[in-house]
Amino acid sequence: MLDKTGDAMTTEVLEYDIVVVGGGTAGPMAAVKAKEHDPSLKVLLLEKANVKRSGAISMGMDGLNNAVIPGHATPEQYTREITIANDGIVDQRTVHAYATHSFKTIEQLDRWGVKFEKDGNGDFAVKKVHHMGSYVLPMPEGHDIKKILYRQLKRARIEITNRIVVTRVLTDAQGRACGVLGFDCRTAQFYVVRAKAVILSCGAAGRLGLPASGYLMGTYENPTNAGDGYAMAYHAGAALANLECFQINPLIKDYNGPACAYVTGPLGGFTANGNGERFIECDYWSGQMMWEFYQELQSGNGPVFLKLDHLADETIQTIEQILHTNERPSRGRFHAGRGTDYRRHMVEMHISEIGFCSGHSASGVYVDEHARTTVPGLYAAGDMAAVPHNYMLGAFTYGWFAGEHAAQDVAGREHAPVDREQVRAEQARVLAPLSRERGLAPSQVEYKLRRFVNDYLQPPKVTRKMEIGLQRFAEIAEDIGAIKASHPHELMRAAEVQAIRDCAEMAARASLFRTESRWGLYHHRVDYPQRDDAQWFCHTDLYKDGAGNMSSKKRAVEPYIVPLAKEEQSAYESLRIRGKEALEEVAH
Amino acid sequence: MPHTPHDIFLRSTAPVTIDESRCIADKGCTVCVDVCPLDLLAIDLTKGKAYMQFDECWYCMPCEQDCPTGAVKVDIPYLLR
Repeated sequence: MLDKTGDAMTTEVLEYDIVVVGGGTAGPMAAVKAKEHDPSLKVLLLEKANVKRSGAISMGMDGLNNAVIPGHATPEQYTREITIANDGIVDQRTVHAYATHSFKTIEQLDRWGVKFEKDGNGDFAVKKVHHMGSYVLPMPEGHDIKKILYRQLKRARIEITNRIVVTRVLTDAQGRACGVLGFDCRTAQFYVVRAKAVILSCGAAGRLGLPASGYLMGTYENPTNAGDGYAMAYHAGAALANLECFQINPLIKDYNGPACAYVTGPLGGFTANGNGERFIECDYWSGQMMWEFYQELQSGNGPVFLKLDHLADETIQTIEQILHTNERPSRGRFHAGRGTDYRRHMVEMHISEIGFCSGHSASGVYVDEHARTTVPGLYAAGDMAAVPHNYMLGAFTYGWFAGEHAAQDVAGREHAPVDREQVRAEQARVLAPLSRERGLAPSQVEYKLRRFVNDYLQPPKVTRKMEIGLQRFAEIAEDIGAIKASHPHELMRAAEVQAIRDCAEMAARASLFRTESRWGLYHHRVDYPQRDDAQWFCHTDLYKDGAGNMSSKKRAVEPYIVPLAKEEQSAYESLRIRGKEALEEVAH
Repeated sequence: MPHTPHDIFLRSTAPVTIDESRCIADKGCTVCVDVCPLDLLAIDLTKGKAYMQFDECWYCMPCEQDCPTGAVKVDIPYLLR
């Protein structure tokens, strides 16, 4: 089927008005909203797995982490909270646009049949987990969410093609996105999809660091989310924002899934140290919270645990019912294997490997309040798009924005001519491992690459180590040229290794550029330990420059639309529970 | 090339296993194969039964949950157990 240069004999060429890459959370919403806006549009949803069970919420989700519901929170209050939680470096327009639309998205999901927790009066039962406001809305039956989305995709007559690994965005002579290129992970059939707008919703870069277990797929994120979207946006010429604000999460040790303090917190559970004592006031995931978590892990009070053993049996049954049927349901099986019972034991926790994810932190492809990237015709939404702390509801909302705006943007637009050279070069690049008779195994190259990511990039960050990391990643690029894939499935892994390598280089370069410490553990540089607002109260954008080199530049933080009071600004800096003596000192 | 290149394949025990007496792949069912995010399961055409082909499991469970006959079991991969 393949000749020596890696050219497939056949190439499938498809034409659509809009192509959406990634059918997890943001993608289905984008496709449905584009089609609702203009039912005459041809919309294609491409998915590396199967839309029925793909992405971060493949097994559902146990709640909304950032619901802005009238009577409980205001868009302004939420915008302030996220601004403070993210050390001031936010584009408030995008956060505020999310917050203003948040309730409309909830109502849409509610109408579609997603079940949210309600109180006796039928009102949403909002809980407090963040440091300042209340934004958590449980979804005890959230395991159905993918089924509900699938029904909406069918109803809207969205065309779906599963098992396609998209590897590059096609651009026209003016640099506008005009389609995508990829291959089928079961047949290696190469695809050219022409489109007038492209929406990337490919999830986090969740396979960047190596889990402490050493198991490649033992990641916090769904391992299908390997950073493909970040790499594609970069190569298409888009700017990526604040990548040095890594995602690092507090997780159940070895299992590497969330301990879910958001679920257990409102029911009385909390994060404790080795003595069973609370050491942080607030379990909401922020860089500062992770810093305190890391300090406790490293201290004589370590390790860190999720503590539930003081709760009543009925409460624990409720917790088990939610946590063992949603998001990561095999968790119950893991605890059973280790003989852990919430009634009698605390659950050992640790911190995750690094990744990029704007859903939890702030590292993503730059987008404006319409989900537009800096490349015309290219949109990004969900975990990969830089709207800080956006979570699932932000993914739905920005998917909505992207779909609607793209639908307007393609009206009356013609397809751009296909650049045959781009297609030929990409086909040769991605299919090459299949044509090699001998070569390295993709899993071994991935293992070594991700171990180097841990060795050289895991915070606390050290300049010299990150520089060595860059050398190693350059060597891995050469190894990638010697990978052999025995079948199309391995070809998918080989393609992912290349995306992971690109992300590793981006993580190192973005971290080296910002010569200060910010966002707690996420960007703690040992040789620049202080926050330096005079030099670095700004975004950083990483991009491919005119010469094809990876470059970084500063971008000003636009004037806030929701100003902060002076005393609020440091609210997230005082998360650690103070000892008795310290409190007495303050009192005197 | 004086030295002959040679590949060694590492052995591992599949964390996803099938009760073949319940599996109805021979009737055309491919649910578990369809829903696996990482595309790890396949149908053994000689037996007409599903099996785990690649050891890259995320222990996420759609294969077990969505199987119409309850034939699929997901164990936590040994390295994490």
